[in-house]
Amino acid sequence: MFPFSFEWHWDIGHLVFFGVFYAALTVIGITLVATIFKTGKDIASGHAHVEHDDEHDAHAEAAEA
Amino acid sequence: MYDSSFWPKGVTRGHPVLFVFWLLICGAILQFTGIGAFLCLWKGLNQTGMNDYYAFGLWIVIDLAVIALGAGAFFTSFLSYIVRIKELKNIVGVAVLIGFICYTGAIMMLGIDIGQPIRGWFGFWHANIHSMLTEVMFCITTYAIVLIIELLPAVLENRQIAKVPEFGTFAHNLHRIMIVFAGTGTFLSFFHQGSLGGMFGVLFARPFAFREGFMIWPWTFFLFILSAIATGPSFTTLCVMITEKVTGRKLVPHKTKMLMGKISGLLLTAYMVLKLADTYYWAKVMVPGVGSSLDVMYQAPYGTWLLWAELGVCGVLPAIMLLVPRVRQSYGLLFLAMLLNCTGIVLNRFVFTIQSLAIPVLPFEKFIAFMPTWQEIAVGSLILGYGFLVYSLAYRYLPIFPKEVELSQD
Amino acid sequence: MYDFKKIYRTEESRYGMLINIDKCTGCGACSVACMSENNSGVLEDETNKIRSVTWLRVYQVDNGQAFPKTEVAFFPRPCQHCQGGKVGNYKEGFFFEDPDAHENHTPCVSVCPATATDYDEKTGIVSQVPTRCIGCRYCVAACPYHARYFNWYDVPWPKGSERALSPFVSPRMRGVVEKCTFCFHRYQQAQNKAFKDGEEKIAEMDYQTACTEACPSGAIMFGDLNNPDHKVGQTIQQYQKEGRFVFRLLERLGTNTKVFYTTEREWVRRKADNFISDEDFKQALPGQKG
Repeated sequence: MFPFSFEWHWDIGHLVFFGVFYAALTVIGITLVATIFKTGKDIASGHAHVEHDDEHDAHAEAAEA
Repeated sequence: MYDSSFWPKGVTRGHPVLFVFWLLICGAILQFTGIGAFLCLWKGLNQTGMNDYYAFGLWIVIDLAVIALGAGAFFTSFLSYIVRIKELKNIVGVAVLIGFICYTGAIMMLGIDIGQPIRGWFGFWHANIHSMLTEVMFCITTYAIVLIIELLPAVLENRQIAKVPEFGTFAHNLHRIMIVFAGTGTFLSFFHQGSLGGMFGVLFARPFAFREGFMIWPWTFFLFILSAIATGPSFTTLCVMITEKVTGRKLVPHKTKMLMGKISGLLLTAYMVLKLADTYYWAKVMVPGVGSSLDVMYQAPYGTWLLWAELGVCGVLPAIMLLVPRVRQSYGLLFLAMLLNCTGIVLNRFVFTIQSLAIPVLPFEKFIAFMPTWQEIAVGSLILGYGFLVYSLAYRYLPIFPKEVELSQD
Repeated sequence: MYDFKKIYRTEESRYGMLINIDKCTGCGACSVACMSENNSGVLEDETNKIRSVTWLRVYQVDNGQAFPKTEVAFFPRPCQHCQGGKVGNYKEGFFFEDPDAHENHTPCVSVCPATATDYDEKTGIVSQVPTRCIGCRYCVAACPYHARYFNWYDVPWPKGSERALSPFVSPRMRGVVEKCTFCFHRYQQAQNKAFKDGEEKIAEMDYQTACTEACPSGAIMFGDLNNPDHKVGQTIQQYQKEGRFVFRLLERLGTNTKVFYTTEREWVRRKADNFISDEDFKQALPGQKG
């Protein structure tokens, strides 16, 4: 799984397989962390997206987006 | 009423007593599952009907089938967020929910299926990159993470939960960046749907399953992907239609359902063309090439009726039906066509798992049929109990049907 | 004629067997010796053979004729230790590589997700690491010879029987796959002996499998196929020169195994592979008989 693992060889198979895997994990991780940070920033700056009990619900907004 | 403040805004749901009663039924199924799972973990896999001839049994068939049926999640997300087909926004939420149920359910069942569940992580830690199953393990677990993230906004947008500004804002921001997860999910799904097919296609010593291919990927790799994306939308729509009938509510516009049907129809047609070509080549060239014949490959109880059922009644027929607009316009015919479509893929997964193993390769080996035990069926019913439970809770409390309010006013 | 160095594409050792079907009486001593040597257990209920663990299994076959023309033969079937490769074509027999063919690997090794089984390039033996195995049974599905066995049960060793266990082979718990290892622990012991004696290579008779030693009729011969001094390779070539059938099981699949069988009876030869017609069968034979 990692370069220091017993079965690891620096061959094209390992490079492609784990390269793609870690790339996918990185993309997911970075996006998730960035979204968390953005949320923190939004809350701090007062631009929180709050659910109101009238027309303006997050769901309708998602449908429009 | 009791829990109406948790319902999505603007819609009504059934009486809580009825709902609790339904949850109890789901609980009973899960209890049955629990007993089977406990026995299999405590006493070992001898509790199942599997043996050295049938290394794979009912659970692998169910796993393959639900993962194929759950492909609606990634493909609908792909079409909705990346190709930007606006109509599909009405159904992508429930598609993701169904995908979540299918994948997490399959992973849970796999935990019972392997002989040493505690060692399951060895597939990651000591990965053999040449094995299709390694590819499957990596992609399915990563994609399950993506599905959780894709479902998260719906959960956080529950009317009460969304009142917490942090959750509401987080859900909103997730919505805006969803294209990244949809893209990653599409990429991962493409590979694991394919690898599940590749798992059988690479078995060069099992003539029933083996296929030549393109580079390291046997043709079954591509056929499994194509059949999954052809059936996924159908399964999602089927679930919605069943929910609509059971609850008496309109949840998704018929136009959206028709579009899902059209997508299914086009992909299923493409799949059937390739599948028929592949089957023909296999039957005429590959099978005689290893000294066998179709009579050997299709013997009772897994006879040629399976071939006609999979390719004909549940293959070509629904493909033609779904391409005809009049069929798609009719609620009943659309339902039937999609049901046949989904049945076809379940048959396909069954055939590759069970029938591959049924055919003895050595001339002096014997043919035996497979019969699951009740413990095996109990664990298999996890997907039903767990699926109904999660789906029902999501239907009642999460805003996964954006057009429901509008449709209820019609 | 089988050219081992060409088939296995190497000068390294390739340990293999020659099983003479005409000498095999079906007594099963090989199977019992294997179980004893490798600590394979006897289950509480051994009536259902489809869950028994028999690394070397003896199959009984007959020629399908009614009495008095009935003939019976036995196929002892250990793990075939497939190497894989490029399946040969009809023209030259199945043991010459077809450079255009699709390259195969050992069917069970390439599919294991946790690398619990591996093909040893130095000996040609397919190893099995039960402590690594997660019990997914993909290898069991991949093997066409049914040479792999999953432990559906924990072996109920009766009290005291553990004293009869061999200390050189670890017993397996339930939930893992096991198979014939060509008594690899004996290879390791032979290596130790050679090192102690200051020898470069291990002696032929220092490394023999338990089944080879147990066979009362000498039907099994074991050794390094790539070593011209070892009897097994010499005998295979001699039998081929004499016009006997010498063949491997399911050769046309391209598994490129290391267990050779020999017989003088054509009906027995036919049992080793699938053929759709006499024509098909005849095409499989060129080069295999002398």
